[in-house]
Amino acid sequence: MENKHSILEMDYIERQERIALKNCGLIDPERIEEYIRYEGYQALAKAILKLGPEGVIEEIEASGLRGRGGAGFPTGRKWRSGYLAKGGEKFIICNADEGDPGAFMDRSILEGDPHSVIEAMTIAGYAIGASKGFIYVRAEYPIAVKRLQIAIDQAHGMGFLGRDIFGSGFEFDIELRLGAGAFVCGEAKALIASIEGKRGMPTPKPPRTNDKGLWGKPTILNNVETFANVPPIIRKGSGWYAGIGSEKSKGTKVFALGGKINRTGLVEIPIGTPLREVIYDIGGGIPDNKKFKAVQTGGPSGGCIPKEHLDVKIDYESLQEIGSMMGSGGMIVMDEDNCMVDIARFFLEFSVEESCGKCTPCREGTKKMLSILDKIASGEGVMEDLDYLQSLGNVIKETSLCGLGKTAPNPVLSTLKYFRDEYEAHVKDKTCPAGVCQALLEYYITEKCIGCGACKRVCPVNCISGEKKQLHTIDPVACIRCGACQEACPVDAIIKR
Amino acid sequence: MIKLTIDGIGVEVEKGTSILDAAKSVAINIPTLCHDDRLKPSGACRICGVEVEGSDELQASCTTPAREGMVIHTRSDRVAAARKQLLELIWEDHPNECLSCQKAGECTLQDLCYDYGVEAEGFAPLKVRTPLDTSNPFYTFDKDKCILCGKCVRVCEELQGESAIHFVQRGHETMISHPFEKGMAFSTCVSCGNCVQVCPTAALMPKTEEKFRVWDIEKKVRTTCSYCGVGCQLDLVIKDNKVVRVDAARDGENEGMLCVKGKFGYSFLNHKDRLTMPLIREGGVFREASWDEALDLVAGRMTEVYDHSGSDAFAAFASARCTNEDNYVLQKMMRGIFKTNNIDHCARL
Amino acid sequence: MTNSIREVIHNEVIFVIGSNTTENHPVIGAMMRQAVKNGAKLIVADPRRIPLARDADIYLPIQPGTNVALLNGMIKTILEEKLYDEEFIRERTVDFNRMAEALKDCSVAKSAALCQVSEEDIRRAARLYASSHKSGIYYAMGITQHSRGTEGVYNIANLAMMTGNVGVEFAGVNPLRGQSNVQGSCDLGGLPDVYPGYQKVADEKAKARFEASWGVQGLSREPGLTLPKMVDKALEGKIKMIYIMGENPMVSDPDLTHFEAALDNLDFLVVQDIFMTETAQKADVVLPAAAFAEKDGTFTNTERRIQRIRKALDPPGEAKADWWIINELMKRMGYQNAFANPEEIMAEIAGVTPIYGGIDYERIDSKGLQWPVKDKSHPGTPYLHRDRFTRGLGQFMPVTYTESAETADEAYPLILTTGRLLYHYHTRSMTGRIPGLNEVVGESYVEICPKTAALYGLENGEWVTVRSRRGEIKIKVKITEDIKEDVVFIPFHFADAAVNRLTNVALDPIADIPELKVAAVRIEKLA
Repeated sequence: MENKHSILEMDYIERQERIALKNCGLIDPERIEEYIRYEGYQALAKAILKLGPEGVIEEIEASGLRGRGGAGFPTGRKWRSGYLAKGGEKFIICNADEGDPGAFMDRSILEGDPHSVIEAMTIAGYAIGASKGFIYVRAEYPIAVKRLQIAIDQAHGMGFLGRDIFGSGFEFDIELRLGAGAFVCGEAKALIASIEGKRGMPTPKPPRTNDKGLWGKPTILNNVETFANVPPIIRKGSGWYAGIGSEKSKGTKVFALGGKINRTGLVEIPIGTPLREVIYDIGGGIPDNKKFKAVQTGGPSGGCIPKEHLDVKIDYESLQEIGSMMGSGGMIVMDEDNCMVDIARFFLEFSVEESCGKCTPCREGTKKMLSILDKIASGEGVMEDLDYLQSLGNVIKETSLCGLGKTAPNPVLSTLKYFRDEYEAHVKDKTCPAGVCQALLEYYITEKCIGCGACKRVCPVNCISGEKKQLHTIDPVACIRCGACQEACPVDAIIKR
Repeated sequence: MIKLTIDGIGVEVEKGTSILDAAKSVAINIPTLCHDDRLKPSGACRICGVEVEGSDELQASCTTPAREGMVIHTRSDRVAAARKQLLELIWEDHPNECLSCQKAGECTLQDLCYDYGVEAEGFAPLKVRTPLDTSNPFYTFDKDKCILCGKCVRVCEELQGESAIHFVQRGHETMISHPFEKGMAFSTCVSCGNCVQVCPTAALMPKTEEKFRVWDIEKKVRTTCSYCGVGCQLDLVIKDNKVVRVDAARDGENEGMLCVKGKFGYSFLNHKDRLTMPLIREGGVFREASWDEALDLVAGRMTEVYDHSGSDAFAAFASARCTNEDNYVLQKMMRGIFKTNNIDHCARL
Repeated sequence: MTNSIREVIHNEVIFVIGSNTTENHPVIGAMMRQAVKNGAKLIVADPRRIPLARDADIYLPIQPGTNVALLNGMIKTILEEKLYDEEFIRERTVDFNRMAEALKDCSVAKSAALCQVSEEDIRRAARLYASSHKSGIYYAMGITQHSRGTEGVYNIANLAMMTGNVGVEFAGVNPLRGQSNVQGSCDLGGLPDVYPGYQKVADEKAKARFEASWGVQGLSREPGLTLPKMVDKALEGKIKMIYIMGENPMVSDPDLTHFEAALDNLDFLVVQDIFMTETAQKADVVLPAAAFAEKDGTFTNTERRIQRIRKALDPPGEAKADWWIINELMKRMGYQNAFANPEEIMAEIAGVTPIYGGIDYERIDSKGLQWPVKDKSHPGTPYLHRDRFTRGLGQFMPVTYTESAETADEAYPLILTTGRLLYHYHTRSMTGRIPGLNEVVGESYVEICPKTAALYGLENGEWVTVRSRRGEIKIKVKITEDIKEDVVFIPFHFADAAVNRLTNVALDPIADIPELKVAAVRIEKLA
């Protein structure tokens, strides 16, 4: 047993490739000396003293690095457009408004290796000609905020920030801006509005932030993980980085592996690794020998991937093809006990709560979809509802203003596609096959009952009857399906059906 | 210049023109709820979505620039179906009160629901109504009838420069409000009514003394505001020889803007204190007189004074609130009949 | 205005002095804010922190009566720092050096001391104004209602000319006219020295032209009396009869006690109005007039645009249009060429008024035209002085600072200034009868800063007596941070607590404008 455990441990480590997370857990993030000891700020020195702005951009372009926030836009191309943008003042923004439920890739980097982000932003500023950067970080990450501020101060003290960095005349400074936890503020334009002190609401593109971003000036915005890849690329060269990953997507991606899986946590894998490998080799498979049902990637904007697609290679395009997305890196595994209607409801509810309320389809449409899912989950759905969900989901996708709305129906649409039978069971048979949707369950006392009365005592609505030592029964009409009886039963005589 | 095709018609427009404006240039009207030429495009309502060949999504025509070679369909089945669904979503949150709503007939939402065949049946209109905000003396705000197009917010911010109102809450709970949410009268609102003017539904409505609907309006008369010297153009909305509303004119120099006085300050016209008969003072009190009597008296006294004391005994105050024609005639009388230049007015005050 | 309203949003620099634009010309005020959002820079000079001060890049809270000092400080800065437009001065103007010479003894520091603002702020404002050829100056009664008001206007013109900011688009010298047709009533001869179109009454040719047109003989070439002088003559008994059309001087004019005595001394007073105003109550005959919505005609706005007003309603009762009433009187006094309708009047105006030469109702049906409109094919004039000034070359007028007729002293230690509010119009004969407006502002008040209020032990909302050398009123206190120390403000709209019982009749020697913006007062708590 111990042996097997260590093999698993080996797989867990060996199949990962740690670039963005390389220092996390190894160095003391509050001591710049430790960062420097692990080759910290050498990339900045190389950028300024050797490469020059053009050289930096060429390296990033050649590396094939793409945005790790989810959209996968080529970082080098973004930087080049920032470099070419006219207008004196330019800005660098680090999007540290990590908001997907269950995702904490960026948080780990900010807390474990804040200097990597600061070094990268400074390199970006040097490359495009910006002298000011902002890190938009969630106020819910107090440790990250504290360590970032310490890191900024230390970088100042060492001359990596401020005036005349490495004697080049280049000047760069970074300020923190704390977000108040609105998911939509992870959207570039809403984030910028929030930094400007306005309500965090997306505005239409064009103009793109590269041309008119913060205060109308050219602004390059990347997320934490993207930045964390920059110093190693500059230091080791684009050729090294481009050698990792798949044909179209280079490098690694960090995922937050969670849900029904043996080994939860952050994993950093070369892009293109098959999904199966992540779940079974790195994640160690499903606990309790339960059957794998689906994996949800991309957070509330992503979709559910069924087992027939387990061999998909994890990259931007492949995931999109099967109705999900890379997203920022959430990866939640579901087994046979998960109801897919319930899962879709959960993610959709998140989007409903986090919609900024600006555009009609996202504000009204997601709410409408949720009410239909509620109806289905409570056994009141009709088959027309499924068609309406499909068509409304499509309209929301094709008409919404920003990425939040455009992707909000994904959890519903992907489960409708791959798990339509579960929806139909809810609608036609009024049952929840996984036994999750409370309204469709009936608690039932089997012959195993020993008549102890424990269930009767805990029932909050007194719907259980039966003489002592006799088989008890539940009145299904009065029952509120709280499940207290099932927990109280010493002999597991109460089942859901 | 950029060439593109809209509904089979070749269009040529300048770079940077939106699809909406490109379509307008060939008389294709794309419906909108949140658009106003004077404001930065917001892309909120999404009603103006059109099909652009080669694109998966419908493109909001107000915010998408026309590009070379685009082939656009503004009225395809796909577009119409999406618009209908969006309208259904809005309608579902809207009180089903068209029968008793003063905006009926002038409501953009009502018109579009008609155009796209949205039916009230099958949807559940709001049952519990939020109380009307009547705190402002000049207009009411009905949160339930608000469709969150945001035009009021943007007019207040971009044109009026007050930013008295904004969105609060988020998602489905989003609404238009102001700090502390105590009622519009307790905001920094200056009651210019420029938001009321652009509201597509009955969410913002001018307070009126009497009820009327669009088909009760006898006429709208374009005229110039009678208050300050800006000379804003406006339409007096008339019913039963009474002004019942004032609409700002878009084609005046004011470009659809007014102030509180121009927009809401018209009820003096029908005030009971209006002078309706010539009055002659007799024994320290006024008595009513006919025009003939009053004019004969004035003409007689003036002739008397002129004959007795000459030109220098006369003076007249012209008026900065009377028309050019009125003033011209008055100075003509003073100069032409009484041969005096003793005419002045309160231009200095 | 030399320039047009819509040009405001294209200004690069906006200099507002003596105008509370957002309250008194709200739509232009809104456009100024749009311009600021577009990136225009805004300079505001006003003793009160008016709403636009919030939007300003430079706000100069100057002492009432120091406009000329401020403008001299700015001109001096531009001279010293050589920020002027040499080419414009050379090609388009005369007497630049004379003006500069007159400022020999003036220093920016002295100006700063008089205005009670910092020298650096004056210099910054001057540099900013001079930095663009799209700098527009906007002013109103805060410049003109002073005993040296004309000099303030001269100095504004000096500033604009020396920086080449007049005679070009998106700049200009732009007085904002306060009332709907104050421009038109001036244009159409409602002034004692000019016929319609500013043709001098003293001019023989003009006289002949009008005699021919009107079919009369013996028009006077003697300029008439200005309003304040009329009042004096009435008191002396020389003027026996006054005809007042649509004015309420019993509230709007300075030193009301004096004015009331003058009206009481008349033999005959006729007032034509839509309401029984404070002035109408003094009349021998009151004639009921139609309001703007009840008649046809034209108004000329602050940008010289002649626009239609149209009859939308029947007047109440027997009320008649003002032109009709006068026309009837003229007929009764034997004048034959009476008018049938306003359109005929405009046709006659166009015939005798060159700047209105091309105006007829058909041409201005959908959109008004800006004078000068010389003939039927002339498109109107969006901005004046394009290639030459009316007089040829622009005349610099040397101006030195003179203090206001009345200044604070021990007996009257506070300076009173007056003005308008957003929610009321002139003497409130219209707005006083609109419930909503009075719900917002229903009574007068005296604005006073917290420090001065504390000095007199005054509380917000307390009734006080405000007294000047000419009279006293009882009024409520409104404490606000938005006014300078030792300065108080009272709106002039209200007949109760009429501030013009306190104001000074000291006149500007050229324009006969009374000094309504500066009077010395004291405040007394009610016993």
